[in-house]
Amino acid sequence: MQIGQEVKKGDLIGETTAFVSAPVHASVSGKVVALMDAPNAMGKMVPAVVIDNNGKEEWTQLRDNPDYMKLTPEELKGKIKDAGIVGMGGATFPTHVKLSPPKEKPIDVVIINGAECEPYLTADHRMMVESPSDIIEGLKILMKVLGVSKGYVGIENNKPDAIAKMKEASSGEANIEVAELEVKYPQGAEKMLIKAITDRNVPAGGLPMDVGVVVQNVGTALAVFEACRYGKPLIERVVTVTGLGVKTPGNLRARVGTPVKELIETCGGFNNSPAKVILGGPMMGFAQYTLDVPVAKGTSGILVMSEEEHSTSGKFGPCIKCGNCIDACPMGLMPSMLSLLSEKGFYEETKEYNLLDCFECGTCTYVCPSKRPIVQFVRLSKSLIKR
Amino acid sequence: MAVAKKEQELIVTVSPHIRNDETVSRIMWTVSLSLLPAFVFGVYFFGPRAVYVTALCIVGAFFSEWLVQKMTGKEITLNDGSAFLTGLLLGMNLPSSAPFYIPLVSSFVAVAITKQLFGGLGYNIFNPALIGRAFALITWPRAMTTWFEPTAAFVGLDAKTTATPLAILKEGGMQKIIEIFGDKMSLYTDLLIGHRAGSLGETSVIALLIGGAFLIYKKYITWHIPISFLATVALMAWIFGGREGFFTGDPVLHLLSGGLILGAFFMATDYVTCPSTRTGQIIFGIGCGLLTILIRLKAGYPEGVMFAILLMNCFSPLIDRNMKSKVFGLAKEAQQ
Repeated sequence: MQIGQEVKKGDLIGETTAFVSAPVHASVSGKVVALMDAPNAMGKMVPAVVIDNNGKEEWTQLRDNPDYMKLTPEELKGKIKDAGIVGMGGATFPTHVKLSPPKEKPIDVVIINGAECEPYLTADHRMMVESPSDIIEGLKILMKVLGVSKGYVGIENNKPDAIAKMKEASSGEANIEVAELEVKYPQGAEKMLIKAITDRNVPAGGLPMDVGVVVQNVGTALAVFEACRYGKPLIERVVTVTGLGVKTPGNLRARVGTPVKELIETCGGFNNSPAKVILGGPMMGFAQYTLDVPVAKGTSGILVMSEEEHSTSGKFGPCIKCGNCIDACPMGLMPSMLSLLSEKGFYEETKEYNLLDCFECGTCTYVCPSKRPIVQFVRLSKSLIKR
Repeated sequence: MAVAKKEQELIVTVSPHIRNDETVSRIMWTVSLSLLPAFVFGVYFFGPRAVYVTALCIVGAFFSEWLVQKMTGKEITLNDGSAFLTGLLLGMNLPSSAPFYIPLVSSFVAVAITKQLFGGLGYNIFNPALIGRAFALITWPRAMTTWFEPTAAFVGLDAKTTATPLAILKEGGMQKIIEIFGDKMSLYTDLLIGHRAGSLGETSVIALLIGGAFLIYKKYITWHIPISFLATVALMAWIFGGREGFFTGDPVLHLLSGGLILGAFFMATDYVTCPSTRTGQIIFGIGCGLLTILIRLKAGYPEGVMFAILLMNCFSPLIDRNMKSKVFGLAKEAQQ
């Protein structure tokens, strides 16, 4: 890329040759005005292309293909890769990599994750209500790529409208089933979702493919359909803008690269005094120090929390061993011991309590009556142990 | 724009960004509240002295907590309710006849030594209230086994020789105890209501069960420790408790007597000193039950709940190490 270059929507503006990566495309038409480092959601500075939007919304040449289902699995996977599709639940793992399991790990089930990974977020819910048949088409493409005959859509049972819509959209598909799930956090975590739907236990330290399952987010399925059907690269996504700190919360279809500030302004701006702006959800999301951070492919939500709504753990007490965290941990760990050992500097010993199986969902910290920053203790240990 | 202006004031912290509203002090005060019915029964049967003894314990507990925290330069945490709860539990474990220095000294032993000197809340090995009581029992054995009779007529029992049902059982056997209480039915009824000699807060089984059920309903405790504890006592009492050989004991008498209900629901379940996992808690409860019966039937003391729980407290860390929770997706053998 060069400064001054004209780009159209969908033009390739960034790629690497690494296998575990996905290309990036221009989300607006206009002129490249800067190549610089910009903050990402985690607060890290990453290379960015700044495009001055000319407002013309000119698309690059897209290849419409109504017969996409006649393509071979490899061709479909190529389209998904070229469209720059990544896991849109938040992890942003390149989808084509997930669709390329090694031969010794046969896959027999694909699950579309409609269990909304965190509280407050409603983007997946909205997509299921508005584009159910496109999501089902996306699922069918994913099933074809993986050569799988069983597909599920997992939805928590507090979303009856989404369940009804998805059931209706999949009514003609004998091998696709809508699974109604109990409402709980973290139901949208891959391992918990797989357990709830297929009753398979992903081994500790393992991946879903170890039990023959691939999980994809609702938004990812939608993007997969749009890529294979219309040749459309991933340049926009649905973002939930919510929290007591924003005037008119809602779900926005936003271009990748739009500064967070603009989304908040579109939703009427701040309400009262916002305390925190979080990218993602309240349990695992990242608090932001700048609102210039852009919407990325994995930005599922922008949560503006008011003073009363949020909590910090400035001050915390000793562990009273109440065991609430042990009961709450979806991985069956003993967060109390992990936090105690970490607090006293016994980092290596945390391995005996299966430190590395913690995926930092935050549930232990949410329930702790002593308000201990348990997840942060876990992160500390993870960064200091010898692997 | 307002948005840009506010940007400067944003708070940045690590996730999670929300917490539930449970706090340590709410837990402590709720457990204290759940002891209220039993305490009220204690006052009803043993009169103003019950209030006097318990109040001294609470004052002693507060003072000891304050003193050590002051001396060690720590934050004063009297309002977290833990010192209050220890004081209240200690008071309910003492005879209403105790002279003033017993509650004061034993609450100091409980809070200052057993709890604070071991590192404060969360770090003590032993249940503070029970160490306080054990200290008192060993130091002042006579005063600690002098039981006032309940104010309402205590049928057939004369004031000078007031003894607890377990002491009567130990001395005279089942025959004697039924003789004193009239018949088996009125024995059970009196024990259930708490119309008997004993520590001022341990006697009313029905009131303690109400408090225990409340704690289980509030999910502050689970059934694992109380039920495994009580079931073990009942089973062992039935097998070994009779004088006419095996399987002739009276499990109901053992369940309703002594400090068992108070101990099983309110003392053995102390978070800090019991194991954290459910399996560990069942082992802990069974251990408490076995030791209780061993002491009641074979040792010099008529009652064994206190020493049983204290002995099992020693094993809590060991039980926790060996009874880790079941990790999702990990075979049992792979866990250390």
